[in-house]
Amino acid sequence: MAARNWIFAVAVAVAVFLSLSTFSSAQDLQIVNAERRIDLSSHIVKAFLTLKVENIGKDPAADMLLAFPPTQIKNLAMVQALAVMGKKKKKTYLPLDVKPTEQPDAPNDAGYFLVSFATPLGPGETVTLEVLYILTHSLEPFPVEITQSESQLVYYHDSAVVLSPYHVKQQTTFFKTPSTRVESFTSVEPANRAGKEIKYGPYEDRAPYSYAPVIVHFENNSPFAVVEELVREIEISHWGSLQITENYRLTHGGARHKGVFSRVEYQSRRSITGSSSFNALLAVLPPRVNSVYYRDDIGNISTSHLRTGFKKSELEFEPRYPLFGGWRATFVIGYRVPLEDYLFEAPDGRRYLNFTFGCPLVETIVNKLTLKVVLPEGSKDPSAVLPFTVNQDLQVKYSYLDIVGRTVVVLQKDNVVPTHNVPFQVYYTFKPIYMLAEPLMLVSAFFFVFVTSLAYVHIDLNIVKK
Amino acid sequence: MAAVESLPPGTPSAMRNAFGTVLSALILVLIGVLAFSIRLFSVIKYESVIHEFDPYFNYRVTQFLSKNGIYEFWNWFDDRTWYPLGRVIGGTVYPGLTLTAGTIWWVLNSINIPLSVETVCVFTAPVFSAFASWATYLLTKEVKGSGAGLAAAALLAMVPSYISRSVAGSYDNEAVAIFALIFTFYLYIKTLNTGSLFYATLNAIAYFYMVCSWGGYTFIINLIPMHVLLCIVTGRYSPRLYIAYAPLVVLGTLLAALVPVVGFNAVLTSEHFASFLVFIIIHVVALVYYIKGILTPKMFKVAVTLVVSIGLVVCLIVVAVLVALVASSPTGGWSGRSLSLLDPTYASKYIPIIASVSEHQPPTWPSYFMDINVLAFLVPAGIIACFSPLSDASSFVVLYIVMSVYFSGVMVRLMLVLAPAACIMSGIALSQAFDVFTGSIKYQLSSKSKDNAEDNTSTKNAPKDDASSGKTDKGEEVSKERSSKKGKKKEREPAEKLSVKSKIVKKKALVLPLEASIVALLLLIMLGAFYVIHCVWAAAEAYSAPSIVLTSQSHDGLHVFDDFRESYAWLSHNTDVDDKVASWWDYGYQTTAMANRTVIVDNNTWNNTHIATVGTAMSSPEKAAWEIFNSLDVKYVLVVFGGVIGYPSDDINKFLWMVRIGGGEFPHIKEADYLRDGQYRIDSEATPTMLNCLMYKLCYYRFVETDGKGYDRVRRTEIGKKYFKLTHFEEVFTSHHWMVRIYKLKPQKNRIRGRVKKLKQKTSSGVSSKSVKKNPWM
Repeated sequence: MAARNWIFAVAVAVAVFLSLSTFSSAQDLQIVNAERRIDLSSHIVKAFLTLKVENIGKDPAADMLLAFPPTQIKNLAMVQALAVMGKKKKKTYLPLDVKPTEQPDAPNDAGYFLVSFATPLGPGETVTLEVLYILTHSLEPFPVEITQSESQLVYYHDSAVVLSPYHVKQQTTFFKTPSTRVESFTSVEPANRAGKEIKYGPYEDRAPYSYAPVIVHFENNSPFAVVEELVREIEISHWGSLQITENYRLTHGGARHKGVFSRVEYQSRRSITGSSSFNALLAVLPPRVNSVYYRDDIGNISTSHLRTGFKKSELEFEPRYPLFGGWRATFVIGYRVPLEDYLFEAPDGRRYLNFTFGCPLVETIVNKLTLKVVLPEGSKDPSAVLPFTVNQDLQVKYSYLDIVGRTVVVLQKDNVVPTHNVPFQVYYTFKPIYMLAEPLMLVSAFFFVFVTSLAYVHIDLNIVKK
Repeated sequence: MAAVESLPPGTPSAMRNAFGTVLSALILVLIGVLAFSIRLFSVIKYESVIHEFDPYFNYRVTQFLSKNGIYEFWNWFDDRTWYPLGRVIGGTVYPGLTLTAGTIWWVLNSINIPLSVETVCVFTAPVFSAFASWATYLLTKEVKGSGAGLAAAALLAMVPSYISRSVAGSYDNEAVAIFALIFTFYLYIKTLNTGSLFYATLNAIAYFYMVCSWGGYTFIINLIPMHVLLCIVTGRYSPRLYIAYAPLVVLGTLLAALVPVVGFNAVLTSEHFASFLVFIIIHVVALVYYIKGILTPKMFKVAVTLVVSIGLVVCLIVVAVLVALVASSPTGGWSGRSLSLLDPTYASKYIPIIASVSEHQPPTWPSYFMDINVLAFLVPAGIIACFSPLSDASSFVVLYIVMSVYFSGVMVRLMLVLAPAACIMSGIALSQAFDVFTGSIKYQLSSKSKDNAEDNTSTKNAPKDDASSGKTDKGEEVSKERSSKKGKKKEREPAEKLSVKSKIVKKKALVLPLEASIVALLLLIMLGAFYVIHCVWAAAEAYSAPSIVLTSQSHDGLHVFDDFRESYAWLSHNTDVDDKVASWWDYGYQTTAMANRTVIVDNNTWNNTHIATVGTAMSSPEKAAWEIFNSLDVKYVLVVFGGVIGYPSDDINKFLWMVRIGGGEFPHIKEADYLRDGQYRIDSEATPTMLNCLMYKLCYYRFVETDGKGYDRVRRTEIGKKYFKLTHFEEVFTSHHWMVRIYKLKPQKNRIRGRVKKLKQKTSSGVSSKSVKKNPWM
């Protein structure tokens, strides 16, 4: 633990130092070519940014900054960067370290991420970066309210040029819309549309922090499944299983439903009515999953179907009713997986749970995810290892016949997207003898009962002798 | 058991006794397990969920209790129901069930067994039916020994009538009340047999628990006085009877008055008068016996004449006061439900709301066979067994069965009270029969080895020979047993003979021919097997459906109709938390519990006018209905419609009750307007009133578009009015199988439109003045 803290402190110090140094050399980098492809086909906006960065300064640069407008920074769920190594045929990708950072003189509250190169970029050298960033809640329905038969139109606000603290020599931006129906888009010459794609650019020689706001107004009927709150509880039992319970509060995050819901139209003219609504969801569960249940506060929900496989299991399910814009539903999914697939012993004798973070539902945004790992009673020194920052907390939970309670590691993260479904580890120490505590307690309780009844039968409690 | 007892005392017998005790304890445990597990069909076939209507209310109350504690519970004013009146839950609910489940939940949670309130509620009924069968064992043991007790307990564990009310999930008052009923009776008999004040006190406490649990406690407080009176009249008065009765009345009434829902009713209503009257009588009788004991016979006679003359005057005065009191109240001091018990036609004449409930109807003959099955045939044999010899205890169970048969004949719901009595009687009958048969087999086998020839002749001659009547007697009982199985053809004759003869030959061992007893034994076992099969079938098929979710088996697999929960879930998540939902009262409890929305009326039908208002709205044309609902602040109207999938208990089929109940308070609703030539129909022959009423419109709105014809699968006809528009309501939700349809009241647009119209048509006043007249909000 101490070692880890120390490393962390050093890393922070280094990062701070580097960022300061970077700022001084900010103008020494320039982006030779930027290509941005923004995928608007679902409600999770994925942007793929390919940057060719050149060091035009004299000192080697260890990192570079990515800038985001303030409207996007709060909806930014994730930023990843890869360095492309090698030539076309045998390209390899090297993941780079990305962390949010602050800049003192950020224009218009722009937000920044700091990408550290694997090896400092020498003067005159270039490197190609692949950046993926994901935006949530960035499609704004317009009209805000629609009826059952209308399809959903949304606005997407962005800039035609990449916001960057560096000079950009050449750049292009593509927007990919889910259908060919595009109501309008802001024209920043040269801009044109072909099929499902809108192309902005190429633009030459844009100064740092250039911004050209554009609005794309298009049809998007993909399910806007937003989980407002998800509480996942993973309970470790050393008797051989992990019990996972997931409490969902789901809502349709698209244009609000207005007026009548007619079942007859929904059933008979399914293709044209309620196109923005959804009623089927898919959860990807671990393989070898068993005892799956799907219910809500008032009982079992019968519309679900489970397919188990070797690599993953799929649970197809429907909420009790189709979800139209603004409608909500709550439900619980619970399942059990064998312990040996997820619990391992570390070389230092500690145990660790290796499980997937995030939400099992495909293509959903989770506004607030709380993941609780309930360790067995008597376990000590819990610590969680994650590839990104989350709020961590410890709680105590009392379950079946507990006396001291179970330690609960609570991990909490906002704005979670499917890309966050990566493994994480929770380390703890546990003595197997604690497993016997509850059986022994039961045995002794029964023993006590029998002994007292034995004693009661043999003791004469009468005051008067018969 | 008889065989065990008849053995000479000594070490082997003591061993056998101990063995017998352990064995019967084991059997009792198994009976408990059986009683619990036979009720789990509903969980296995469906799910662990609360059933039907009233259990949802009890569940909601238990949730409140477990969340807010007992003091909040007593003071709970529920504003989610009977809007805008509300309901004082703490003062109007029998708290026994909720307190029981709440206590169980609290205990489990305090030892860190985190079961949810729902789980506890679901399994309360099966647990208490195990308790009830143990109580039956105790009661029958007091009456006729432990053999009969075990048989009765086994029968009760699976009697279908009781299963129907206590399957897992059926979280209703009856679930614990039947246990309380039997246990109270047991303690009464126990007190009667022992004369111990300890048991008398326990009896009062058990009675208190019963009062907490169920309105049916009046059955106890009338049955026990009747038995006391019977004992006094038949000259069976004893100090034990006094101990059994007097403390019960005093303590029991005091305790009963503590329950808020009963309160002063415990001394004010006519249901309780019988107990006080008998209380006075037993004191007079006790005094008479006492005086008789201390006076010489001559003096006693003088005293009697004196007392009788004074007593008559006093009695007359008391009776006059009572009559005046009773006459001053309109229903003679009886509650509507009690009155409908005494006069079965009362409810249908005066209180349609009681008559409209299906479980308040008189039962049909098949329902007796369905609910108590072969017990119906064993009961007479049990009654006869109770008369040989007649004791205080056995006279009580005879009285119990007679009374409960009457009550079950009036109201199908009270079949539940009959079931324990029938089980006790049948248990006694079975155990006696087994005693006789096994005893005679044993005797025959042992005597055969001793003296073959003599015994054979005597048994062969037995039926004709009156002298060897011990054997004859039993032969007749066997024949009676068999005939009762087939349908009690010649029951009277052997019964009379039996009671006469049994007195003569009580001491002699009752012996039957070997073959006859073996055959009879086999027949009895077959009868038992038939009963078990029937009970398991009833538990699995007939009584386990939660009614909140329906299933149907078709050629392409199981279909689940989960429409109720679909729409309740929709209401709870997609409407505002303070919205008011109007529906017929059947769905009130479910709406408050599952959707957590305020309802206008619910299954606690305490305010007839309020229900009549909703009934009137449902039977009115759209505009009038809108006005009524709007005045009640209603935002959504929920109707249940089975026409798409053929669900028969929907609102259209209940609609005539709405008309009747509405018409009872608001005379402009006339039942005749909804009937064509006395027939209720919804096809093209239906009356215009029917076709224009709100219920019709809400149920059949756009129904024709499903199949193009508008064919109603419940009524098996095409609907009368197919194409129409709603002017004051809009459809906001319809469940997957159309079983539940929810409409929203359109906002008051008319005012603006009217104003616009008026502005536009200032000159042509004809139309505008009309619209002004129609529109009350102008």
